[in-house]
Amino acid sequence: MGIVSTYRLRLQRKRWRIRAIRKRRELEPIRNRTSQIKNGDIFLFSTMRNEHVRLPYFLKYYRDLGVNHFFIVDNDSNDGGLEYLAEQPDVSVWHTQNGYKRSRYGVDWLNWLQLRYAHGHWCLTVDPDEFFLFPFCDTRPIRALTDWLDASSIKSFSAMLLDMYPKGRIDAEPYMPGQNPMDIACWFDSGNYTSEKNKKLGNLWIQGGPRARVFFPDTPEKAPALNKIPLVKWDRRYTYVSSTHNLLPRGLNLVYDEWGGEKASGVLLHTKFLNTFTEKATEELERKQHYSASVEYQAYAERLAENPDLWCKWSEKYINWRQLEILGLMSKGNWA
Amino acid sequence: MLAHTALGRAEQVARHWAASGCPVVIHVDKKVDRKTYREFQAAMKDAHLVKFCKRHYCEWGGWGITAATQVAAEKMLSNFADVRHVFLASGSCLPLRPVNELLDYLDARPRTDFIESATTSDVPWTVGGLDIERFTLRFPFSWKTQRRLFDKHVALQRKIGLKRRIPKGLVPHMGSQWWCLTRQTLSAVLEDPERPKYDRYFRKVWIPDESYFQTLARQYSSNIESRSLTLSKFDFQGKPHIFYDDHLQLLRRSDCFVARKIWPHADRVYDAFLTNEAGAMKRAEPNPGKIDRIFAKAVERRTRGRAGLIMHSRFPNEGWENGLTCAPYSVFQGFAELFEDFELWLAKATGTQVHGHLFSKERAAFSTGQSVINGGLGDSPLLRDYNGAAFLTNLIWNTRGERQCFQFGPADTQEICWKLSKDPNAQISVITGAWAVPLFKSNQNFSDLRREAARLQKIENKFLYKLRNPYAKARIRIWTMAEFIENPMEPLQTIIDEIGNAPQRRLSEAPRMADLKGFGQFLQNLKNQGMHPHLMGDFPIHDGPTVQPDKPRKPYLVK
Repeated sequence: MGIVSTYRLRLQRKRWRIRAIRKRRELEPIRNRTSQIKNGDIFLFSTMRNEHVRLPYFLKYYRDLGVNHFFIVDNDSNDGGLEYLAEQPDVSVWHTQNGYKRSRYGVDWLNWLQLRYAHGHWCLTVDPDEFFLFPFCDTRPIRALTDWLDASSIKSFSAMLLDMYPKGRIDAEPYMPGQNPMDIACWFDSGNYTSEKNKKLGNLWIQGGPRARVFFPDTPEKAPALNKIPLVKWDRRYTYVSSTHNLLPRGLNLVYDEWGGEKASGVLLHTKFLNTFTEKATEELERKQHYSASVEYQAYAERLAENPDLWCKWSEKYINWRQLEILGLMSKGNWA
Repeated sequence: MLAHTALGRAEQVARHWAASGCPVVIHVDKKVDRKTYREFQAAMKDAHLVKFCKRHYCEWGGWGITAATQVAAEKMLSNFADVRHVFLASGSCLPLRPVNELLDYLDARPRTDFIESATTSDVPWTVGGLDIERFTLRFPFSWKTQRRLFDKHVALQRKIGLKRRIPKGLVPHMGSQWWCLTRQTLSAVLEDPERPKYDRYFRKVWIPDESYFQTLARQYSSNIESRSLTLSKFDFQGKPHIFYDDHLQLLRRSDCFVARKIWPHADRVYDAFLTNEAGAMKRAEPNPGKIDRIFAKAVERRTRGRAGLIMHSRFPNEGWENGLTCAPYSVFQGFAELFEDFELWLAKATGTQVHGHLFSKERAAFSTGQSVINGGLGDSPLLRDYNGAAFLTNLIWNTRGERQCFQFGPADTQEICWKLSKDPNAQISVITGAWAVPLFKSNQNFSDLRREAARLQKIENKFLYKLRNPYAKARIRIWTMAEFIENPMEPLQTIIDEIGNAPQRRLSEAPRMADLKGFGQFLQNLKNQGMHPHLMGDFPIHDGPTVQPDKPRKPYLVK
């Protein structure tokens, strides 16, 4: 890494920060409860659109994990989700009508809120269909993890996106508010992931899973990225670059060990493939507000018309984090 | 007791000690603000056996912790005349066995000092590569906050050979910071007329809390037992492992007196060991080795990892994989061409999973024609070739416990050749030139055949070059086709013995060889067309191999 490229990355980071600061005007506070926050609180940041049905379980899941405050940007929902969020005692919510794409898929908005509120706090940045798992999450709260990361001087924590899907047609069983989505979408692919290193930012680029297997068997380079770094001890100088796949400064992306060892890591269970998906895919295709002209949604739409069964004979049924650790999808590292 | 955070927990533990009649002197780090400190003091007012001492700034690796220990120990010795043993604990230490058991234990050993203390050359646990240099260099910079200066300063001193003299008579010893010393030894250390000199020296030693008392106790103690009564496990960075609620059963089964360090929010652990002594007594059979194993495994996982696993927190640089794949597997080149139904035969003979040409250009030919295999690995050639090495690593990882065999050949994607030849888990058997058999049997125009033969020969040659490279680590066997058909059973037996799945026995059935009548002539025709097929070895020109009978052979039995 020469001086020039290091400096370029510095400029890029500053650019994203300035952009985030500029984009703050797009956010209209609906309910700002940030006066409640205390030192050492753990935050969750999310941006969403028309996800009301998922919210009750989503909030419950993360409250149980030990998240203290939720920061949510609502991108013009019309399903009552915004009103629901505004009623919650531990949620601060902002509203915007501006383009999701123009804010770099919500990154700018969240970068701003993190810059403003999250300095010195551990922040989890997830989508409403992502559920964070970390080693020992069934017996220890998330604070045990962040305390341990603090003691080990680790600033960022990796979690791979693991696509969950139901057996049979995606729309066979409707999802009800408050229901655990993993009860319906409880299957996953355990061992068809490929990783590559992003030379510039230092993060891994992971692809694979059922989406690559079913939707992109002939154009694997277009398959969506699955590497994520959702948990960061935030500093106001940090910025997410592309979704939560990578950050700047680039040292935060070094969440993997290069000398044969395993660092501790988690998993984000991705429950996109519920009955709500079919509708969403159609809508997103029209809005064209997703990554690279929604190429992902185009591929889905083509295949969805046929028979959207992602399940195969070798799908694994989800049990708990220990199963994922044995399968090599996450690791305890040196946390015991 | 040295406390710096979670003062509530420190209070609980101090009360626990005091309740059993043990006086406690608490040192609170000066970094704790005055208001919190006052509140803490006020809360402890009713405990008359608990005293507070003068506060020092404590920074990891610095002198502060030792200074704090000194003042606390002095206060203890001067305020409580009947104290015989002084136990140094931290605010996050927790007594696991009833305090009375510890008292009985110490009563039985009134002259013994429990302090882990070993000479620097004998300890393997030093972090950062500094052992004796801790005592001979100066460390004015903080390791935690001024890391770069710290490292530069160490390098500079090494370079110009600057060294401090160790005070006369002292032999540097190191060991766990947590000790239990007798009044005699401790007071001798603290009241030594030379102490100002020693203090001045140790002030600039790195991590003096692990060496000050450890070194000086050696001067005065008559009876040192070099071990700590505190159960404390360190990970590879030299920081202590932390105990949580889910370690409760493990802690119950350790037979240590005190454990460190407990997560302050581990309510169940604190409740179990502090409030209910009778409950803590009813312990299961002590099994302290289990804790050792769990933490040793954690360190192993962090430093060596699981061989043959590539994932989002393990992505080894080339050469650091600690095993390119996780289990042995076999690669066969030329066998499926030379023998009919070789895959079926091999599966029967070895009981392994036998795939076809996994790297074929059409599709990954998984065993029994499956389109998806373990772990959701699909047969799409594009998906496979997107990262061929990962495909192989995944396949072997996903099928842990079942040996994999697959066919390879010059007609396949060649991207993984290097990986195969470098992988010690690969058993590669090659019959060179056997790719010509399908050409010989095919019904194409001869000019096409000739072109194809030249191409395949070139590719196979490249593969052989990689296999014969000095960096190749696989178990490699190469035969020319002519050599192999002279005596096919012996090499097959060797390969199958090495796979070692089936009970050791002689092969009863050989695979059926393709009919090679006219193959020699076919090779000669290629030669006549100007192409030189050399990888097959020497074939008789006119009639196929001499051992070939006219009729297709039947399987035969060998006793």
